[in-house]
Amino acid sequence: MIRADHEMIAQGVALDSRVLDLGCDDGQLMAHLQRTRRASGYGIEIVPERVVAAIRHGVHVLQVNLEEGLSGFVDDSFDTVILSQTLQAMRHTEDILREMLRVGKEGIVTFPNFGYWRHRWQVLAGVMPKSADMPYEWYDTPNVHLCTLRDFEALCVRIGAQVIERRVMGASGRTVELLPNLLGSLAYYRIRARG
Amino acid sequence: MVDPREPAGSVGTVFPQVLHFSEPLPLSNGTVLGPYQLVYETYGTLNASKSNAILICHALSGTHHVAGHYAEDPRSVGWWDNMVGPGKPVDTRRFFVIGVNNLGGCHGSTGPASLDPVTASPHGARFPFLTVEDWVHAQARLADRLGIHVFAAVMGGSLGGMQALQWTLTFPERVRHALIIAAAPCLSAQNIGFNEVARQAITSDPHFHGGDYYAHGVIPERGLRLARMLGHITYLSDDAMMTKFGRELLGGTPHFSLDVEFEIESYLRYQGKKFSERFDANTYLIMTKALDYFDPARRTGGNLSRALSVAQAQFLVVSFTTDWRFSPARSREIVKGLLDNRISVTYAEIDSNQGHDAFLMENSDYFAVMRAYLERIARECCS
Repeated sequence: MIRADHEMIAQGVALDSRVLDLGCDDGQLMAHLQRTRRASGYGIEIVPERVVAAIRHGVHVLQVNLEEGLSGFVDDSFDTVILSQTLQAMRHTEDILREMLRVGKEGIVTFPNFGYWRHRWQVLAGVMPKSADMPYEWYDTPNVHLCTLRDFEALCVRIGAQVIERRVMGASGRTVELLPNLLGSLAYYRIRARG
Repeated sequence: MVDPREPAGSVGTVFPQVLHFSEPLPLSNGTVLGPYQLVYETYGTLNASKSNAILICHALSGTHHVAGHYAEDPRSVGWWDNMVGPGKPVDTRRFFVIGVNNLGGCHGSTGPASLDPVTASPHGARFPFLTVEDWVHAQARLADRLGIHVFAAVMGGSLGGMQALQWTLTFPERVRHALIIAAAPCLSAQNIGFNEVARQAITSDPHFHGGDYYAHGVIPERGLRLARMLGHITYLSDDAMMTKFGRELLGGTPHFSLDVEFEIESYLRYQGKKFSERFDANTYLIMTKALDYFDPARRTGGNLSRALSVAQAQFLVVSFTTDWRFSPARSREIVKGLLDNRISVTYAEIDSNQGHDAFLMENSDYFAVMRAYLERIARECCS
């Protein structure tokens, strides 16, 4: 079963691309890209069980801490660098985005939209929001830097990233065109360094 | 076949085999060695396409006896028995596994204690210093004789990992996967310093006789003990040592003497003694020098990435957090060199408090990584 956001990411990856998947989890996305896009490259993951799962999925995975940057990689060594639902759990948000644009020609970033109406509604109701894309209780969430579409786009401007493509999905997995910052639960951005 | 009486996962009773090589082997030092013999063991069955062979390279004090035990002694368990066997990470139901004692060794392959056919006395100090590359060439000849052109994997820990790395550079087309565990792209000055103290301990022993102690009917036992004691300190982490031995006085109060008073003293003396009874001092010198010389980047002006550019294998690199002899940073140098060449590499940094010795110990994260990676090799190579 291919996750809807994985399929969306795959569509943004050209055939035969060199790909780096930051926070590759169990490697399913990378394996999917290897299979369907003939992609090559690496996943990066820090959690031991996920490293093992990624190996099982036939992914070459590097157990290094993303928070320490991507100093192991030279500039422009990948066509696409992916940060799939990992941004919100990073401490050094700005640094990792800059690093992505340094080592890759393009970056793909997906994250749960904090501005999604159900999240807003829960905050209005006086509780921390939970949803399919943000399933954690406030006291055990790995997420430290949640943001909305507008927040993310402001950061892109700040770090000199250009948005090539934005797609927003609703809870049903369908693309949202109308009022995306309100109706979208998951954001997908393809970015590159402003040349 | 696995004997049902054997403990689960053991390759069971094994026996060493010997191959003689009449054609002299050209060595890095400009001389040739030969004729010579190599002693080795094999586990599992070579498949029809000869695609399922794994070569296991041993470290400083290892041997060809990797797994199983000898018929005459059930306690003679191989040094990597936890890793190799039916159902173990290196699954002998799928792979044909070779362990070989390196040249210069003291467990059956031609070494300094072997008789020189010309003089009919041990080679002693005349035995040449060897390099990791020399060993790889000798291992390749063994592979040729066994009919193996391409290894599914070449693997090893520490100095064994360096041999696996060298294989991918000397014979790039003969290795599909290299598994390099707790190794380094070369020794640091500190590493060489430790080796030099160990060598001085041996060569300054009055029983060393310039390396020709065999003729005198003695061995530089004290030197060898000291060398091993020093080695053991560097194989363990500070934490592991403290946890294992603590600093309790055996007698409860200080003796104000040179007796063994702390557990660690007793342990090191025991390890030193045991080692001096089974290991040849000249072999120790040769092995430590081979470690010191290992530096594939020497030929490329110190540029490791350029040195690794010829490799065609896929790599698994594994390090252990508390290994200070070959720290994770050293393994990451290898990984960096491979990444620079866009070579397929998986890197695992295993959380362990066991220091350098961790590569020999069962650890669930470590073994899960090895198992997963080797299953992948099996799917790829063992059809």
